[in-house]
This record gives sequence, structure tokens and C-alpha cells, in this order.
Amino acid sequence: MRKILALLLLLAWALPAHAALNVFACEPEWAALTQILAGDQASIYTATGALQDPHRIEARPSLIAKARRANLVVCTGAELEMAWLPVVLRESGNSAIHPGSSGYFEAANAVHMLDIPARLDRADGDVHARGNPHIQTDARNFLPIADALSQRLTQLDPANTTHYQNRLAAFQQQWRAALKKWERQAAPLKGTTIVVQHKGFPYLNNWLGLQEITALEPKPGMEPSAAYLGQVLSQLKLHPAKMVLRAAYQDARPSQWIAQRAHIAAVELPYTVGGNDAASNLFSLFDDTIARLLTGAQ
Amino acid sequence: MFKKTYLSATLAALLSHLPYASAATNGDLQSIREQIQQLKQSYEQRIAQLEQRLQQAESAGKRAEAVAEQAQATAQQTVVSPAAASGTNAGEGAFNPAISLILGGTYGSLQQDPAVPATGFAMNPNMGHAQGFNLGESELGIAANIDVNYRGVATLALDPAGGVSVENAYVQTSALGNGLNLKFGRYFSGMGYLNEQHAHAWDFVDQPLVYAALWGNQLGEDGLQVKWLAPTDIFIELGAELGRGRGFPGSDRVKNGAGSGVLFAHIADDIGIEHSWRAGVSLHQTRAENRISDGVPDLPGTVGGVSNSFSGDSQTAGLDFVWKYSPNGNIRDRYVKVQSEYFRRKEIGSLTYDLATANIADSYSVTQSGWYLQGVYQFMPHWRTGLRYDRLDPGIASIGPLNAGNVIGNYAFNPTRTSVMLDYSPSEFSRLRLQLARDNSRQGLPDNQLFLQYIMSLGAHGAHTY
Repeated sequence: MRKILALLLLLAWALPAHAALNVFACEPEWAALTQILAGDQASIYTATGALQDPHRIEARPSLIAKARRANLVVCTGAELEMAWLPVVLRESGNSAIHPGSSGYFEAANAVHMLDIPARLDRADGDVHARGNPHIQTDARNFLPIADALSQRLTQLDPANTTHYQNRLAAFQQQWRAALKKWERQAAPLKGTTIVVQHKGFPYLNNWLGLQEITALEPKPGMEPSAAYLGQVLSQLKLHPAKMVLRAAYQDARPSQWIAQRAHIAAVELPYTVGGNDAASNLFSLFDDTIARLLTGAQ
Repeated sequence: MFKKTYLSATLAALLSHLPYASAATNGDLQSIREQIQQLKQSYEQRIAQLEQRLQQAESAGKRAEAVAEQAQATAQQTVVSPAAASGTNAGEGAFNPAISLILGGTYGSLQQDPAVPATGFAMNPNMGHAQGFNLGESELGIAANIDVNYRGVATLALDPAGGVSVENAYVQTSALGNGLNLKFGRYFSGMGYLNEQHAHAWDFVDQPLVYAALWGNQLGEDGLQVKWLAPTDIFIELGAELGRGRGFPGSDRVKNGAGSGVLFAHIADDIGIEHSWRAGVSLHQTRAENRISDGVPDLPGTVGGVSNSFSGDSQTAGLDFVWKYSPNGNIRDRYVKVQSEYFRRKEIGSLTYDLATANIADSYSVTQSGWYLQGVYQFMPHWRTGLRYDRLDPGIASIGPLNAGNVIGNYAFNPTRTSVMLDYSPSEFSRLRLQLARDNSRQGLPDNQLFLQYIMSLGAHGAHTY
């Protein structure tokens, strides 16, 4: 008993308290953005990996333990984390990060949402009332999000205001330059026809002008059956597409099945930081995404 | 927004003029009416103009997006505001709580009479199974934040035969901070692993034998629970409960103070992104007062058994462990979950034998225990299979001399059961299940059981716990 107590005390003492802010990032892209904007002022925990479906995460105790000590939770919002985040926040016993408080940040609040459903019915599959939550596929979205996130960091840690402002300005400058480069590189993609495995790319399409013919999932979040893939195949004979897109966390089989039969390229996009070896940071995420799209479109 | 402000301003103006108005002549009233009408019209015009300007700003923003990158950022900002505004619902309905309804039903095919309890557990609850087509318990759940400090949850079980029972009705604090969570009302105790899970989240049609026999499927309490989460990297949670102790193994009593107490501790962590585990210990203590059991077999071999009554202390200790694995941590595709729990209960007190005729009371103590081990494997999206093994030990009772020739002290039989299940979940909200079991829980009465089950959830679907 005494040993256990001693161990507990030791654990409590050994907690890292050096960084000003403990940040709990729901997805890798927000961890990366927070890292850029806060530098060494934040110690960041990333709750999910690029190979996990962010809709389907379990409210594991380890996540609750990390949320317990967080000063700031940075998530996509728009119901993407609906299946697990509410439990994590509630069980954490940390009132500073409850929705509505300054320690809770939703990136989706800073951008214009697409695919807002006209009607809410579970018969339509996994629809999100506030629109499609996969906002990170449009690189332009990172500017307003960075702005809002930097303001939040300043609000939580006003002592380092200039530090955050400088980092934001540097990021904005680099990102604008990178956007120019990406848009130039991706110019040939405009109007390229694509098929998507999951309806997870409206923001990418909107940004680069890709033209989505259809999706392999009959309803969002629903696994396609062989019969349904057959229907998609016949649809593709009428309206051919250049490639079929899927995120790194998705099962490769449905896109490969279509790719082989329709003789088009199956393109796996990293989707977020860490989705493949090349996409190791926010900049290389989009470098790699565009490179893969260009290869697929050839 | 604008409308509300102007409307309230108009109302305020009206109210402040009311004394004068009442004293005024009809002609004055008429002119006031006209003035109000004019006011209204002008405000409506202004609102329309504002809306138009907003729309113009929006479309201008969209055009700018395509033109220049600098303009783009501002355009997005202008576009943001209407999106944010549309997210706020107005009206009374905006504060409606999240409501969910679970619809469940089973078909059961058994070879033995489910009324026969597990051997050696005739003085415990017999949860049994239902034969033929059955409407399972439908469950109505309502939850919402009450205010900044509290959240309220109610779960009502709708009985197929009619009637409603309160399964859960509790209030949870949300503003204590420091890792503290307080819950009060009626809740499922936090001891063990399966105890807090609602029936629709079970991996099998039924609870393990040890939960059925030692807890009457689930330990529900009326009382209060406090949990504290340590500020550590690894998950360490300590919990304590004080309750009324109304359900088995306790019995409802009329007294002040607490009728039962629970202590539990959980420790959990991940190993990489693919593995996670949780281990726990629990202690439960309560007292039974005239806990009556019917149809208990006895040494003289009374046909149909006798009715006994037990009064005494009940102490239970439990261990639980769960381990989950998923390739790349992606539970959508495939995962494995292995869990096991062990409970051991010691009861010391006095047993009154055969309440109807003999009515002999003497000391009685027994240690019952049981465990289960189960694995569930999702081998492809939407499809899972599972295997479970259950075992109970009725223990050897020490019986006072007066009842030594009446009460069975040693059954020399360990009830066991093996179950396999296969379930298919077309979506997160629906599940269809087939379960087969070889039930050897009753000596000499092996039972082959078949169950078909559906579980559907409508409305708001809260997140599930680990």
C-alpha cells in the first residue's frame, strides 16, 4: 500500500509542467497546426492516428487520462468526433475543456461548411447536421483556422501573445506562398473526373476543381456490396472517371476492385499528417496529395 | 437577431407610453396605432435591406475567393458569419434534451424449463431466459445538460408486459474539475467492467452467469458515487459509492444512513496505437434483511423446494480485465476484444429454513464465486463473432447444527456454460444476432439454447464508453 502511494506521488510529481499549454488534439492535422502556431509553448497529445477512422474511435481510458490534464482541446467538430469525444470530455473531470469553454476549440467553426444536408434522416447514412466534417482536405481552410486557433492560444496564455502572433504571421506567409505553389501545380487537375470511396473530399474538390462522378459507398459510412460496386461500374461506363480516391485509413479493396475493372487509377491520399511516410507535416501533406493526384490523372 | 432587438425596443416604448395612452382620447389612440404601424413597416424594410446586404456580401465574398488570395481570406470570414448564425436554433425546441429509444427483441429456443435455477444458486436471483418470440426491454433515454454545473440522465425501461421502470435517473456534475466526477440518483454501479453497460451494448444476448447469479444481471444503486481521476499519463481512477442497497445481494430496508458501499479502482493504458487494456478491482458490501428465496431444494427432498430467508452481511470482491486489439487502431475494420471478470462473495448471517412449516433459524455462511472469459472478434466491417465460457462455484456452506439436516451445504457441482454468437450490424444503429449456448448450469439438465436478437436504436445516439 505504501509503495503504491509512493508510486502515485512520484507519478504526480513527474508530470511535465514545462510547456505553458497542454493540448489535446483530436486529429493529427490539428496537432501539426497547433505545433506550428505554439512552438515549444505547447505540449501536444494527438488522440487519433492517420490510419484510424476518426468517426469510429473508442473512448479509451488513455484518452480520458490525457484530457484530464489538457488546457485546450483542438478538434474538427461538426459532429466528426461525436461517437467518442463527449464521453472523453465528461469522464475527464476537467471543466476547462467542456464545449463552450475557452479550452474547447472546433476548427469547423472557422470555415464555410459544405454538403450541409437539406434533411436529417438516418436512412441517408452517416450524415452530419452541420455539413461534411472533412474540412482539412482544402488547404485554404487552414488560414482562417490558424487565425482562430492563434487567437485562442493568446486568450489562454496571454503572457506569450507576441510569441503566438509572430508564429501566426510566419505561418500565414509560408502558407500563402505554398498555396500559390500548390494551386499552380494542381492547375491541370481542374475538371478532372473522380470517383470517391467515401464522401470525404468535397473540400478538396471545391479547392482544386475536381469533378466527383459518384461514391463507392451507397450511403455515407456504409460498406459497398459487390452488387452496388457493379452499379457504380456501369455508371462509370457512361461517365468515365480518371481515378478513384480513398483516404489512407480506408479499406483498399473497394477502390481496387473498381480500379481494375474500370481501368482507372486507384489513388490513396494521406488525408492527414502521417497518412503516409511522405506526409510528415502539413506542408508535405499537400505536396504529397497533389503529387499523387497528378500521377493518378495521367 | 435584429428583429428581436427592434421588437423589444418597440414593446418597451409601448409600455412606457401606456399610462398616457389609457388617458388619451380615441383620436390619439388612432394616431398612435398609425405611428406604430409606420414604425413596424420601417423596421421591416430596414431588416429586409440588411438581409439583402448580407446576401450581397456573401456572393461578393464568393467571387472574391476566385479572384485573389488576399480577398479570399476575408471572403471566408464574411461567409462564416451566416453559417455560424444558422447553427443556432430558435424557439422552445432548441433546449430539448437528447432523446434515444432502443428497440430490442429476442426469439429463444430452450430444451429445459428456464425456471430451474443454476445448481447451488437457488437462493440467488434466477434471471432465466424467455422462450419463443419476445419483445425485449425497450429503453427510452433522455439526457441533457441541466446548467453549467449539472447534467441529467434518465433511462426508462419499457416492460413488454406493460409498465415502466426507472433503470437510471441520475445527475452528474460537470464543473467540479480536478478530475472529480460526482453522480447521484439511480445509476448502475461502477464496479466491475460489464456492470455499467446497458443491455443494448452487451456482446451476448444475456449477461455472464456470474452477473446473473451474483448481481441479478446488474447492480443498480440509489445513492451517490464519487470518482477521481489521477492527473497521470496512465489512466488511474478511484471510485466510491454509498447507496441504499435495495437490490440483490442487499434488501430494501427502512433505515437511515447507507445500506451499501462500493469501492473500485481502474487502471488502464494503451500499448502503441493498436492495443489498449483496462484492469480493475472492486469491493462491495451490503446487508440483507429477511431476503426470501422460494423453491430452494433441501436435504429432506421436499417436492418443489422450500422458502428460506437469509439475514446477514454480504461482502464481494471482484477483479476485471479487458484487452482490445485493432490493426492500426482502426476499429471500423477489424478488432479483437478479450475480457474476463471474477467475483467472490462471502455471506455470513442467519438462515431461517422453511418459512411455511418448520421455520428453524440458525447460523449460515457461504462463499460463492464465479468467472467468465469471453472474446469478441470483428473479422470484417459489420460482422462479429464471439465465444464465452462461464463458470460458477456455489461453495461449501457452514450451517448451524439446527439446520444441518435440512439445508444443503455442498452441492458438489460447478455450473458452466459455453456460448457462441455471430452478429451483423448493417449500421451503427442496428444489430442482428444469433447465439447458441450449451448450458450446463443445472446438474443433470444440460440445455442447448438458441437465440435470435435484434437491437435497434433511434434518435440521439450517445457515445459508448470503453
